[in-house]
Amino acid sequence: MGVGIEVVDLNAWYGVTHTLKDITLNIPPNSATALIGPSGCGKSTFVRCLNRMHETNPAARATGTVKVGDRDIYRDASPVEIRRRIGMVFQRPNPFPTMSIYDNVASGLKLNGFRNRKVLDEVVERSLKQSALWEEVKDDLKKKSGASLSGGQQQRLCIARALAVDPEVLLMDEPASALDPVSTSKIEDLIFNLKNEYTIVIVTHNMQQAARVAENTGFFLMGQLVEFTSTNVIFTKPKDKRTEDYITGRFG
Amino acid sequence: MRVKFHKNLDELKERLLVMAGLAEQAVQRSIEAYRTRDLSLCDLVFQSEPAINRFEREVDQMALDLLAMEQPMAVDLRFLYAVLRINADLERVGDQAVNIAARVQEMTAQASAELPVDIPKLANLSSAMVRKSLQSLIEANSEMAHSVLAMDDEVDAMNSDAFHAITELVQRKPDLAPQALNALIIARNLERVGDHATNIAEDVIFWVEGADVRHSSDSRSEKRDVEETS
Ligand SMILES: Nc1ncnc2c1ncn2[C@@H]1O[C@H](COP(=O)(O)OP(=O)(O)O)[C@@H](O)[C@H]1O
Ligand SMILES: [Mg+2]
Repeated sequence: MGVGIEVVDLNAWYGVTHTLKDITLNIPPNSATALIGPSGCGKSTFVRCLNRMHETNPAARATGTVKVGDRDIYRDASPVEIRRRIGMVFQRPNPFPTMSIYDNVASGLKLNGFRNRKVLDEVVERSLKQSALWEEVKDDLKKKSGASLSGGQQQRLCIARALAVDPEVLLMDEPASALDPVSTSKIEDLIFNLKNEYTIVIVTHNMQQAARVAENTGFFLMGQLVEFTSTNVIFTKPKDKRTEDYITGRFG
Repeated sequence: MRVKFHKNLDELKERLLVMAGLAEQAVQRSIEAYRTRDLSLCDLVFQSEPAINRFEREVDQMALDLLAMEQPMAVDLRFLYAVLRINADLERVGDQAVNIAARVQEMTAQASAELPVDIPKLANLSSAMVRKSLQSLIEANSEMAHSVLAMDDEVDAMNSDAFHAITELVQRKPDLAPQALNALIIARNLERVGDHATNIAEDVIFWVEGADVRHSSDSRSEKRDVEETS
């Protein structure tokens, strides 16, 4: 089951650059939340703060509270545990290129010490089905490498890999922006199905995509969360003039 | 910046306003025909109908193209939605002018009579509503649009007075029934013109404020809904 995410007064820096300023919001469980805003406004930084990836950069720093479910991820949990509970998918599909499809999906579990063949087989099959890739690869699981798949398939492989460790939250940073329209709509269908079991946060540059997949949408601008509300409100009647200017292309 | 798209929106608005001009002019002419019994004015009204219909299709197509190609959001989406609705209302304003002109044609064949309904006054009021609703569209002025809504009650009251006065007249002087009923129908057509102006004003408010003021608790909107289907 997905869990809610509660962010209170989150601030983030790269060195002296103040990248996120006093971000406070509640992401409801089992729904998709889209984050939009111009390049460099802090969307990626924000999602990286949700799974403590931000701090893997030595110059980076964050303050504030992020609660995933009832756990404060900066105080009550280790980064390793957090990254298991919160999966992440990036813009460029990044499968392990030489590993087989099977090993790609099973990699997270193996890293966590799972060795039981039967369990691994089951998890690989379930994850690939959830990411809508199973039918396309089931006969080549151990024959083909991650790199041999198309870009859209690679992205679904990465989603399967993220789902294999049974996370509660799935963070997606522009997961479809390198994909063709057909692969993109597959990813969107997937998001629609995954919402039942996971909480999804998706960064996207495509506003129609946000409108299609997300219940709630947040608009970031220069490190601030300008507006966060239900998607249909954002796209029909945003409260803030800056949001309206951005989504109607009157920006800049 | 979506320069081309926003230029297209401006062009669409201009097109809609040209059509609005035609519809407004048709109403003016039909009323002038009533006042003067000048049948050539009726002909002009009839002739303008195909042009208004053509504009309606053209504006619809432009708006649909922009919806499909530009995937508008927020204020732009509300604008296109409002344009589509206003377009339909303007076409029907044109229809009302045609209805009035047809009544006037009939009336010129009938003996003239003193009728207890001030058509020119009613016409002034409903035309003013149309003009003001269009001005609110031009200026994106929702305050002005709200003032149109307030005018509708007066038009409704005048129309209902006309109904009672004509009913009474027809009972007293049955031989005047043909003229009297034509005048009553014209009053009703003008009341409908006011209703369309009200719709236009509501769409302007939706566009500018994002607020749906239709079917708010006042009797005006509810009544309109019933009439719409009659
Ligand atoms: N690794 C980094 N080192 C230094 N500055 C960074 C780094 N990553 C991002 N930034 C800066 O932080 C700001 C926010 O970036 P980011 O979160 O990537 O924005 P977005 O995802 O919205 O495009 C930008 O000004 C960017 O230059
Ligand atoms: Mg980014």
